[in-house]
Amino acid sequence: MIIAIPKETAPGEARVAATPDSVERLRDLGFSVALEQGAGAPASFTDEAYEQAGAKICADGKACLEGAGLVLKVQAPSDEELDLIPSGATLVAFLKPAQNEDYLKKLAEKNINALAVESVPRISRAQKMDALSSMANIAGYRAVVEAAHNFGRFFTGQITAAGKVPPAKVLVIGAGVAGLSAIGTAKSMGAVVRAFDTRAEVREQVESMGAEFLTVDFEEEGSGSGGYAKEMSKEFIDAEMALFREQAKEVDIVITTALIPGKPAPKLWLADMVDSMAEGSVVVDLAAENGGNCDYTVPHEKVVESGVTIIGYTNLPSRAATQSSTLYATNLAHLLSELAPEKDGEINLDFDDEVIRGATVVKDGEVTWPPPAPKITAQPKPAPEKKPEPEPEVAEEKKPVRKSPLGILAFWAVAGALLLWLGSVAPQEFVSHFTVFVLAIFVGWQVIWNVTHALHTPLMSVTNAISGIIVVGALLQVGASGSGLVTLLAFIGVLVASINIFGGFFVTYRMLKMFRR
Amino acid sequence: MNGMISMAYLFSAVMFILSLGGLSSHETARRGNIYGMVGMAVAIIATIAGIASGAYWLVAIAMAVGAVVGIFLAKRVAMTQMPQMVALLHSFVGLAAVLIGWGGFLDPRLSLTGAEHIVHNTEIYLGIFIGAITLTGSLVAFGKLQGLISGKPLVLPARHWLNLAAIIACVVLGALFIPADLNAGTVINLLIMTSIALLLGIHLIAAIGGADMPVVISMLNSYSGWAAAATGFMLSNDLLIVVGALVGSSGAILSYIMCRGMNRSFASVILGGFGSDGGEVAEGEIEGEAVETSADEVAADLDMAKSIIIVPGFGMAVAHAQQAVSDLTDKLRKEGKTVRFGIHPVAGRLPGHMNVLLAEANVPYDIVMEMDEINDDFPETDMVLVIGANDTVNPDAVEKPGSPIAGMPVLECWKAGKVVILKRSMASGYAGVANPLFYKENSRMLFGDAKDSLQAVLGKLAG
Repeated sequence: MIIAIPKETAPGEARVAATPDSVERLRDLGFSVALEQGAGAPASFTDEAYEQAGAKICADGKACLEGAGLVLKVQAPSDEELDLIPSGATLVAFLKPAQNEDYLKKLAEKNINALAVESVPRISRAQKMDALSSMANIAGYRAVVEAAHNFGRFFTGQITAAGKVPPAKVLVIGAGVAGLSAIGTAKSMGAVVRAFDTRAEVREQVESMGAEFLTVDFEEEGSGSGGYAKEMSKEFIDAEMALFREQAKEVDIVITTALIPGKPAPKLWLADMVDSMAEGSVVVDLAAENGGNCDYTVPHEKVVESGVTIIGYTNLPSRAATQSSTLYATNLAHLLSELAPEKDGEINLDFDDEVIRGATVVKDGEVTWPPPAPKITAQPKPAPEKKPEPEPEVAEEKKPVRKSPLGILAFWAVAGALLLWLGSVAPQEFVSHFTVFVLAIFVGWQVIWNVTHALHTPLMSVTNAISGIIVVGALLQVGASGSGLVTLLAFIGVLVASINIFGGFFVTYRMLKMFRR
Repeated sequence: MNGMISMAYLFSAVMFILSLGGLSSHETARRGNIYGMVGMAVAIIATIAGIASGAYWLVAIAMAVGAVVGIFLAKRVAMTQMPQMVALLHSFVGLAAVLIGWGGFLDPRLSLTGAEHIVHNTEIYLGIFIGAITLTGSLVAFGKLQGLISGKPLVLPARHWLNLAAIIACVVLGALFIPADLNAGTVINLLIMTSIALLLGIHLIAAIGGADMPVVISMLNSYSGWAAAATGFMLSNDLLIVVGALVGSSGAILSYIMCRGMNRSFASVILGGFGSDGGEVAEGEIEGEAVETSADEVAADLDMAKSIIIVPGFGMAVAHAQQAVSDLTDKLRKEGKTVRFGIHPVAGRLPGHMNVLLAEANVPYDIVMEMDEINDDFPETDMVLVIGANDTVNPDAVEKPGSPIAGMPVLECWKAGKVVILKRSMASGYAGVANPLFYKENSRMLFGDAKDSLQAVLGKLAG
């Protein structure tokens, strides 16, 4: 099957759906790849690099799409492009199925199968195909870069010969993938970062990125399904707004990333908050495409209102096109390896596969969106209704088991009595040997505990060699017996014990020689 | 003359103690080994000098043959085969103890009576009993480690009763044997006991699984010591008693350390392998998918990482990957990265096995850390390479109280920034427990032979 990679035609779109690296991966899956001339140029991938990776370079979009069985794109194709896609082919791109039902119908009429990459379910198995997260990551990074570009001061605090520079204060609203990425980027530039999210479970993630997690004094759990937030109650929003108003007076940079699926973006950063911000502050609105979180946001534009720059650029990933193309192309390659498990260059829209079912929005002339709800969501169960906090369990300190003095006394009394009894019946010679024996055990006990763990193997081999001392017993018997049988037994005894002595010491020597500092 | 021999024995006993003491640090370890050799030489010379009759030729032949075989074995053995070698050597001590016991029994010169007779016979009996168990037990352990017989625990029905019956039989036979005089009946009696003890040794060790071999080997080490001590009592030889006690307690301590490393009691290791005690195996509870990675990506990650911990396991020994590990370590250290090793107490098939393998491959010993030394450092570590380890890095041991390995101390490598697990397949470890580590978000799997994988990574790093 031929995979076509046409040039992106949407204005301002610099990304491309395949990189030379991903072309190699696609070819490993058994596909052949046709690429429109110059498709990778805006993202700094040359035609030569693609050609080396095994792609066929076509002069224009028509030649590229001719005979294609699979079309990989970033943006949804325009009507002119759609006319070029052969009937029966499969299209993979960002299709915005929720907002574009008419578009899906059009695809169905043309008998084009379609997979919307944003519909890949957010389950653990599909993480490697989650292009939305890849793009959000870049958007978060880029948001900070844009903010820094428009902000007249350092992010990091410094004390220089020319005076003290205070660090910039950054507030990130919405700690999804983009928010976390923005937190990390701003933090690594030296800013003081705060973050807010309605979902309490992200607190840990926020704090792990080094930001302070702001909370409102109002309890409501904001987790919706699929890792998104849900709409909050009026009271909660009032408390939230109060918090933001307070923060607006302090922070220099605000990055908003709040989205609720299927709804216009919530207005969180209101006009009066912008007005109360210091001159020269920056607001970056990552939700601009869905209407924006900020009252003043103008989608696709940068505006200045009451001295505050408000950035409403909608396609931030495209502004880091090389990086976003690399990640997007890898996501697609993973998706295709799912679609073509046999690696034979043929795809199979298997609706038993949860991931493929979720992503497919048009199949065989029928719109198959929305998919059934994902079975598993990776999130903790909602906290039970205001249960009274269980009494903090009186942590039963695990005391080291202390033996009662009575037990110790009893043990030594019995042991002593046994020793006395042994002394009374055993011959004198045995008693003296026994003394040596017990003392030697104690010496061994003390000495062995000092052996370092790393030398346990040499310890074993050297004790092994030493236990060859049993040869002494055999030697005594060889020399002093009148019986041929005993001599024979002793002879064998000397022999095997000698193997032990020589083998043991030598192998220990070999091992110890190897240890070097 | 006797006084001089006794003093010589005293001298060698001191030498042996110093020898073991020398192993407390790497600097003094080689000196310790030399002390051991000196002690042994003095003891042997003193003993031979004390022999009245002219059996020198016999002794010379036996020792020469033994020396040749021993040195040949020691030269030829690969460091990955150390566990087998040690097991085999243990069996020799066991054999010697049995032979000497029989020799002492059949020796016509002794005619003891009363309490002395009873004590002497008890010593013979015990020496042979322990020696025989050590002999066959070590041979079975050797077979398992060498792969001659299956590493799986052999579980006979009613095996605990079989063991108990064998021990009771030996006790009863002993009660008959010890007071009796030397005659045909007692010879048969002792023969039967020897056979039972030999079979008992086979059965005891055959019932223990491959992963518990560190405990078994140390236990057999201990037995060989006690056998030597029993022989010493029989021959009224203090040197044998002292050395036997040293070796015996050494092995006992090692077994104890190993058991503690697995959070299991000695009895549970000896009486049955993992899985046989029917712990609930948490299947299907693990969410997520193991994400595969490639040598390229691992090399790139290593390039980014500043601090790296390598966790080797038995898989490294199987793949003979220690040299590749060492090369990788050298390369990363030259680039100024912190590279350390985290060794679990029961990694490998012998206490300290990993240390020896790494030493063989020239990894400096001061970057090889024990579990307790390094466990707190994982959160500050960028990257962990797990090479052929499984159960010793299983988060279930800490996080899931119902797991069969719950409570076992493990290397908490999942707390690091990124974990790459080199493994041949997704199979579970010896404990038969699935490992959620593989499914953690920061884990990546690099499938394939550890040695090949590491060499591939090394190649990518060089480029």
